[in-house]
Amino acid sequence: MGDWMTVTDPGLSSESKTISQHTSETKMSPSSLYSQQVLCSSIPLSKNVHSFFSAFCTEDNIEQSISYLDQELTTFGFPSLYEESKGKETKRELNIVAVLNCMNELLVLQRKNLLAQENVETQNLKLGSDMDHLQSCYSKLKEQLETSRREMIGLQERDRQLQCKNRNLHQLLKNEKDEVQKLQNIIASRATQYNHDMKRKEREYNKLKERLHQLVMNKKDKKIAMDILNYVGRADGKRGSWRTGKTEARNEDEMYKILLNDYEYRQKQILMENAELKKVLQQMKKEMISLLSPQKKKPRERVDDSTGTVISDVEEDAGELSRESMWDLSCETVREQLTNSIRKQWRILKSHVEKLDNQVSKVHLEGFNDEDVISRQDHEQETEKLELEIQQCKEMIKTQQQLLQQQLATACDDDTTSLLRDCYLLEEKERLKEEWSLFKEQKKNFERERRSFTEAAIRLGLERKAFEEERASWLKQQFLNMTTFDHQNSENVKLFSAFSGSSDWDNLTVHSRQPQKKPHSMSNGSPVCMSKLTKSLPASPSTSDFCQTRSCMSEHRRQGPWKAPVRAETNLACARDWSGTKCQISQLALGPRTMK
Amino acid sequence: MNFSEVFKLSGLLCKFSPDGKYLASCVQYRLVVRDVNTLQIVQLYTCLDQIQHIEWSADSLFILCAMYKRGLVQVWSLEQPEWHCKIDEGSAGLVASCWSPDGRHILNTTEFHLRITVWSLCTKSVSYIKYPKACLQGTTFTRDGRYMALAERRDCKDYVSIFVCSDWQLLRHFDTDTQDLTGIEWAPNGCVLAVWDTCLEYKVLLYSLDGRLLSAYSAYEWSLGIKSVAWSPSSQFLAVGSYDGKVRILNHVTWKMITEFEHPVAINNPKIVVYKEAEKSPQLGLGCLSFPPPRAGAGPLPTSESKYEIASVPVSLQTLKPVTDRANPKIGIGMLAFSPDSYFLATRNDNVPNAVWVWDIQKLRLFAVLEQLSPVRTFQWDPKQPRLAICTGGSRVYLWSPAGCLSVQVPGEGDFAVLSLCWHLSGDSIALLSKDHFCLCFLETEAAVGTACRQLGGHM
Repeated sequence: MGDWMTVTDPGLSSESKTISQHTSETKMSPSSLYSQQVLCSSIPLSKNVHSFFSAFCTEDNIEQSISYLDQELTTFGFPSLYEESKGKETKRELNIVAVLNCMNELLVLQRKNLLAQENVETQNLKLGSDMDHLQSCYSKLKEQLETSRREMIGLQERDRQLQCKNRNLHQLLKNEKDEVQKLQNIIASRATQYNHDMKRKEREYNKLKERLHQLVMNKKDKKIAMDILNYVGRADGKRGSWRTGKTEARNEDEMYKILLNDYEYRQKQILMENAELKKVLQQMKKEMISLLSPQKKKPRERVDDSTGTVISDVEEDAGELSRESMWDLSCETVREQLTNSIRKQWRILKSHVEKLDNQVSKVHLEGFNDEDVISRQDHEQETEKLELEIQQCKEMIKTQQQLLQQQLATACDDDTTSLLRDCYLLEEKERLKEEWSLFKEQKKNFERERRSFTEAAIRLGLERKAFEEERASWLKQQFLNMTTFDHQNSENVKLFSAFSGSSDWDNLTVHSRQPQKKPHSMSNGSPVCMSKLTKSLPASPSTSDFCQTRSCMSEHRRQGPWKAPVRAETNLACARDWSGTKCQISQLALGPRTMK
Repeated sequence: MNFSEVFKLSGLLCKFSPDGKYLASCVQYRLVVRDVNTLQIVQLYTCLDQIQHIEWSADSLFILCAMYKRGLVQVWSLEQPEWHCKIDEGSAGLVASCWSPDGRHILNTTEFHLRITVWSLCTKSVSYIKYPKACLQGTTFTRDGRYMALAERRDCKDYVSIFVCSDWQLLRHFDTDTQDLTGIEWAPNGCVLAVWDTCLEYKVLLYSLDGRLLSAYSAYEWSLGIKSVAWSPSSQFLAVGSYDGKVRILNHVTWKMITEFEHPVAINNPKIVVYKEAEKSPQLGLGCLSFPPPRAGAGPLPTSESKYEIASVPVSLQTLKPVTDRANPKIGIGMLAFSPDSYFLATRNDNVPNAVWVWDIQKLRLFAVLEQLSPVRTFQWDPKQPRLAICTGGSRVYLWSPAGCLSVQVPGEGDFAVLSLCWHLSGDSIALLSKDHFCLCFLETEAAVGTACRQLGGHM
C-alpha cells in the first residue's frame, strides 16, 4: 500500500489539486464531497493521512514541504504559513501560529466532512434500499402487466372463439331454418300435389259414380222396390202436403222463428245474468260503503285530500244509487258512473287493506318470535312428558305380562299357557297364521280342554288369592312411583287388549252384572279409586275369565284377520286408540269378581 | 245391484226403445222384442237374413232391421205384428239405413254413396238425395227432428245441405271451407252446426241454421288434427279432442277456446282422485281356508276379485307407445262424452287406453282419473244423473259417480265379456252386451247407490 501510494504520489497530488480547485469553486457542495469521498473511499482516511505524511515530509525536504503546504493552503484560501516578508530577498519565516490555526481549521473541516460523509452514507443506504424497493415494485408491476397482458390475450382468444362458435351456431340456426322452410315447402308442395291428384281421382270417381248411377237407374231394376202391406198414417196425423213456394216460405219462416227464439232465449239468459251481476255489484257497493263509512271521519279529520273527496263522492253515489229505479235503467247511462264509483271505492278499500296488512305484519313480526318460542317449548315439554309416559306404560305392561306369565306357568297346564301366549301375540298377525294350524287341532279337543280349564280355574281360584296379595303389594309400590293416573288406564286397556285382542265387547259385558264404575272421574287418582283398580286388575288373568273369554276368542279368531286392528303397530298406539273405551274395560275387569 | 238372466244375442244388436218400454235384440235372423220390466218376449220377428243393424223409430212403433249384405231393409210394427214392409235396394246396394225423426221415413245410403234414398211409409213417394259424402258422420238430425244436415261432395268441394224433415225440402245449401269434411253435428238446441275437417287439418267450422258461418277455429297446423267432437247437452260448450292428446273447449258466445285439457301421464295434483283398479286373487292362505264358509247360501266365488284403490299422488299412468309410421295412430282423444247435466266430461286418450279422465266443467279442471287393468272399450253416461258406466271387455262393469267408484262382477257361469253397454233412459238399468249374450244390470235406487258408493274401494 505504501508503495502504491508513493508511486501514485505525483498523480494524486496533481489530482487533489484539481479537485481542491474544483471544490473551492463549488463551495463544498455535498455532491462534490460525495465525489471526493468516492475517490478515496477505498483507503481508510487516518492511515492514508499518516502514510501520506510519512512519505511526504522527510528530514531533507522540510522546506519544500512547508512551501508546498503553504502553496496548497493559500490556494484553498487559508492564510499563508509564512510570516509577512519584509523584503524580497529575505527568507520567509514559518508562522507557527498560522500553521496551528490552519491545522485546527483543517481538523474541524475534517470532522465536518466525516459527519457529512456519514450522513451521506446513511442517505445512500436509504436511497439504495428505496431503489431496491422500487426496483422490486417495478419488476412486480412488470410481471403483473405481463400476466394481465397474457390474460387479456387469453380472453381475447376466448372471445374470438366464442364469437366463432356463435357465428357457427347462427349459421346452423340459419341452416336449420332454411331446412324447416324447405321441408315446409316440400310438405306444402306435396300437399298441393296430393290434393291435385286427389281431385283428379275424385273426378274420375265421380264420373264412375255417375255412370254407375245411370246404369243402376236405367236397368229398370225391378228389385228396387218397397213391398209394404199398407201405408201407415203420419206420426202427426196430418196428411202430407205438396211442395210449393208456399211451403218453402213457411219453412223459411219457421227456421227464422227458431233462430229468433234461440237468440231471444240467449238474450234473456244474458239479461238475467246481468241482473244478477248488477245485484251483486250493488250489494258489494253497499257493503263497501258501510265498511268504509265508520272510518271516513278519520281520514277526513286527517289532512287527507283525495280520500276525503272520494268518500264524499261515495256518499253522493250511495244516495243516488240507492234509488232502485237506477238499476232498471239500461247500462249505458249508468255504466260509467257505476264503474267509476266502484273503482274509487275499490281503490280506497285496497289502500285500507294494505294499511291493515302492514299493521298486522308489523304486529305479527313483533309478537311472532315470543309466541313461537313459547309454543315450541310447550311442544317439547309435552313430547317429553308423553315419551316419559310411554316409557312408563311400557314398563308397566312388561312387568305385568311377566307376572301373569309366571303365575300362569305355575298354575296352568301346557295348553293353557300356549293359549295364553297366543293371546299375547294376537296382535302379530303372522304369528297367528303360523300357529293357526295348531289351534285347529286344539279346536277338536275343545270340549275336553274345557273341562280341564274349569278344573284349572278352581285350582287357580285358590292360588289366586295368594297372588293377589303379592301383586297388590307390588302394584302399590309401582303405583306410588307413577305420576299420573292416565297411565294406569292406558295400561289397563293394554292389558285387556293383550288378552283378547278386539273381541266382542258385547259378549263380554253380558257377563258383568255389576253396575259400571266410573273410571272416567278418576282424574287425580284418588286412593279409593286406585285401590279399586288395583283390585280389579288381577282379576283379568284368572282362568275363570278364560272360560268365558275363550269362547269369545274362538269367535274373535274367526274374525281375526278382518277385525283385528291392522294399525296396532305399537302397544301404545293400541292403548291410545282404545282409551275411549275405558268404561267397558273397567266393566270387564270387574266381571270375574262378580262371577265368584 | 241385480242382474237378469243371460239372453242370446248376435252382432251386439240390442237396443232399448225410445219410450223405454221395450228392448229389441237380435239373434241371427230373428228379432226379439221384450218387455223391459218383465223381460218376457213381446214379439218375435223373423227376417230374411242375418240382421246387421236395427233401429227403433222415434215413436217406438216400428223397428227397422237392415241386412246390408242382401241390400234389404225390413220394418216391423210393434202394434200390428202382421204388418210388414220390405225395402229392397237391389243392385245399388246398401251401406247404411236409418229412420228419419218422424218415424215414417227411412233413409238408405246405397253402396259407394251414390245416393240416399228416402222411402216413405205413408206414401208411395221415394226421394233421392244425390252426392252424399262418404264420411264418418255425414248426416245429423236436430234434436227436435225438424232439420237434417247432410254433408255432400260435388266437384271436389264440400257442401252442407240442410233439409226440412217434414217434407224433405232443401232449406239451405252452402259450401264449407274444408279440405275434406269428416263430420257434422248439430248443437242440441238445433241452431248451430259444427263441421270439422279431416284429421290432416285442424279445423272446426260453426254454421248457423241459416247457413251463416259463425266462426272457424283452428288450434294448430301441420300435425294431425281433430279426432273427436262432442257438444255439451246445454249447447254451451263444444269439446274438440285432437291427436295431440288435448281437449279444447269452445264456448257458445264467442266461439273461442276457453280452456284446454291436457291429458298428463303423471298426475301430481293431490286434489285429483285417481282410482286404480286392482286385481285381488282370493287368498289361499291358511287363515281363510280353515274357517267354515261364512254363509252357505253364497254363490260361487269369482276367480278373482277386482276393486278400486285410491292411488296416492303422484301417479303415472300406463302409456302405449304409438306406432307413428302407421296410419290412424293410437294417439289422441278418441272418446268424449258430456254428462247429461253438462257438469262432467269423460274422455279417453288413446295412447293411455286404460284410463278414463273425468273433468269438472264447472271448475274447468281435472276431477278424477280411473285407471283400469285393461283398455277401456266404451263408456256411457247415465241419462239421468252424473254416473258413468265403463266396460273394458272383461267380465266386469265399472261405475263412476262423483261419490266414488264401483267395480261389479257380472255373475253367471263362464266369463261374460262385456264388450258394450247401453243405459235405459230412466238410468235404472244397463244392458250389458257380450259377443253372444246380453243381460240387464238393474241398479238400486239412488240412496242405495249412495251407500254402496260410500264403501269406496271396498270389494263388491
